[in-house]
Amino acid sequence: MLKSLQINPDKCTGCLQCEMACAYENYGVFATAKSRIKVFDFHHTGRKVPYTCTQCDEAWCLHACPVEAITLDKATGAKVVSESTCVGCKVCTIACPFGTINYVADTGKVQKCDLCGGQPACAEACPTQAITYVDANWTGLDRMRAWAEKTGNQTATA
Amino acid sequence: MAWARKILRVNLTKGTVASEPLRMDWAAQYLGSRGLASKYLAEEIDPKVDPLSSENKIIWATGPLTGTVASTGGRYVVVTKGPLTGAIACSNSGGYWGAELKMAGWDMVIFEGKSPKPVYLVIEDEKAELRDAAHLWGKTVWETEAAIKTSHQDPLVRISSIGGAGENQVLFAAVVNDLHRAAGRSGVGAVMGSKNLKAIAVRGTKGVGNLHNPKEFMRVTTEKKKILAENAVTGQGLPTYGTQVLMNVINEMGSLPTRNHRDVAFEGARDISAEAMAEPRKTDGKPHLVTNQACFGCTIACGRISKIDETHFTVQNRPQYWGASGGMEYEAAWALGAANGVRDLEALQFANLICNEHGMDPISFGATIGAVMELYDMGVLTKEQLGIDAKFGSAEALCHFAEITAKGEGFGKEIGQGSKRLCAKYGHPELSMSVKGQEFPAYDSRGIQGMGLTYATSNRGACHLRSYTVASEVLGIPVKTDPLTADGKPELVMAFQDATASFDSAGLCIFTSFAWSLTDIQPQIAAACGDEFTMDKLNEIGERIWNMERDFNNKAGFTSKDDTLPPRLLKEAAKEGPAKGLVNKLPEMLPKYYEIRGWDADGKLKADTRKRLGL
Repeated sequence: MLKSLQINPDKCTGCLQCEMACAYENYGVFATAKSRIKVFDFHHTGRKVPYTCTQCDEAWCLHACPVEAITLDKATGAKVVSESTCVGCKVCTIACPFGTINYVADTGKVQKCDLCGGQPACAEACPTQAITYVDANWTGLDRMRAWAEKTGNQTATA
Repeated sequence: MAWARKILRVNLTKGTVASEPLRMDWAAQYLGSRGLASKYLAEEIDPKVDPLSSENKIIWATGPLTGTVASTGGRYVVVTKGPLTGAIACSNSGGYWGAELKMAGWDMVIFEGKSPKPVYLVIEDEKAELRDAAHLWGKTVWETEAAIKTSHQDPLVRISSIGGAGENQVLFAAVVNDLHRAAGRSGVGAVMGSKNLKAIAVRGTKGVGNLHNPKEFMRVTTEKKKILAENAVTGQGLPTYGTQVLMNVINEMGSLPTRNHRDVAFEGARDISAEAMAEPRKTDGKPHLVTNQACFGCTIACGRISKIDETHFTVQNRPQYWGASGGMEYEAAWALGAANGVRDLEALQFANLICNEHGMDPISFGATIGAVMELYDMGVLTKEQLGIDAKFGSAEALCHFAEITAKGEGFGKEIGQGSKRLCAKYGHPELSMSVKGQEFPAYDSRGIQGMGLTYATSNRGACHLRSYTVASEVLGIPVKTDPLTADGKPELVMAFQDATASFDSAGLCIFTSFAWSLTDIQPQIAAACGDEFTMDKLNEIGERIWNMERDFNNKAGFTSKDDTLPPRLLKEAAKEGPAKGLVNKLPEMLPKYYEIRGWDADGKLKADTRKRLGL
């Protein structure tokens, strides 16, 4: 079963455990600056919103890469950067409409979310389940359930 | 080994910055953060220096667990000799700044001397430089953060700064980071202002690594997070209601100091409680509370994000206050509310926003207004002097005073000196509800006896965060003790003081102690720092830190005479509630406390205590 990251900003507290988990998974240090998922704090509304790559099927980054350094991991659906192939041209960072693939000055390569090979560290680290890893065909399940409950209860009390 | 092992030393007089290795021999004895920074301060300054002179130093410090995945591992402290008290000051803050400093590769930053003109420090990993702050001086905390982010073209930079209160050397000025997290108490912001230091802007990209046993650290921090999640206080109470959950509880105990401690219960407590913050308002149908928010790495998330009522008299035509922003925690809601008899939640939030915006401690500010209102009630202070009718319960007066104190206008200059100096000036020193010059927080020690000893012996003046015996006496954590008796309180206070010193020095939040004991923290420290950090060692470190701070204060001129409470708490009995008829039994507790501490009758460390702790 293909899974995808599901982000629910309502549940995010802004603790950045996801960013640290991501950096630790990929670099072995706790460094939010190295994270591939970022939490944005919209102070005037109080909203905290985690954001990362949604793994587009027709991925702009993959198609833009002149050296085919970005490939599909069939097991997870992730678009994965091959560091040994990447030449650091940054065309993918221009092509991506969402800004979720970025250049890393230290390595001279780009980086993006690769779903940790099917066990996303961010989702495991999130203390409030604002980030979950769920059936890609049923990302709407929670919302459907909530509305189903509402509808069902209305019928029951009618 | 968790520490960055590097200190940044900034000489503001000369305008120089230099890197030096962390004294690892001291880290082994004092751990980090509060303990280690206090050790540096005690070694480097004469305890008798004027806190606002160039001879004082001021230190921003992280702990070994700051910037790691350990829950709440985002704390930093500001350590200096405090101008409000003249005692050693250590104010602790959350938000994101502390972790950013650590991720830039620094354990602490020590500032010495005084800059001839306003400057701010910029740290980008190993690079650090002082920059001219002429364009920032006079700006609020909020404006300063925005101006630096804009001029650096870097929205990710984290800033710790002062507003007008620190610049004007309000004696309870705070250092504020991330807009509304504050190293709030003892006037550390005034010391920053006295040195012409406006802000520290940090970008850290290196991260925290080099842990002693990374695999064990990941395992044990995950295991301990589960304890926080499953605990009723840290898993449900604090994230849902914040520390404000205490308002009705403490009020019902008859321990909510009201109208400058004249009363022990507040008829308006419900109106300023956590429950009130969550209810829809009549005016716009929205609740005051928008959401909760975590500090860096925190899996509790007790922080409040509130939105003020746009139609309230304080913010009409002032849209800069209409957005969601830092809301009140319990101590602020008490100090701005019950301490003055004000029950208008929106007015309290406005005063709270002013404290955040201009960098002031809402506890000392609010408690000082309590004293002003009592002096007004007695006819000692007049409407002509104050510029407003300052009767107890006046929301207008509270909000007016907040603005003039922050801006250093009119009578606000006198309020900015704190209650001790203000009450003494007007001939009523007994009306300052403070110890060593620092105002009480939100627990009346007639109804919670252990807190009397806590306040009297706190090394930074009256404070609840040095030994929160409320946990035991009210909530039964770790064991329930009777709040109305003095029995066993010296031992309880000492145990809490020492354990808290270790919690603080690790770089973690003391709120974890609602669910964690030191035995939960010890394996996290050991995995990060080394197996030599056993329970015995952490107990010893806590006791050593407490005694070192005490020794500093003794050398600064404090004696056993300063370990006392205002006469109101020792002579005027509580008028109602479970503690009716009681005063605080400090005289019963203090001699026993000195004895178990290994101090002489003057409150000084005995030679064998000094030797045992290596002081």
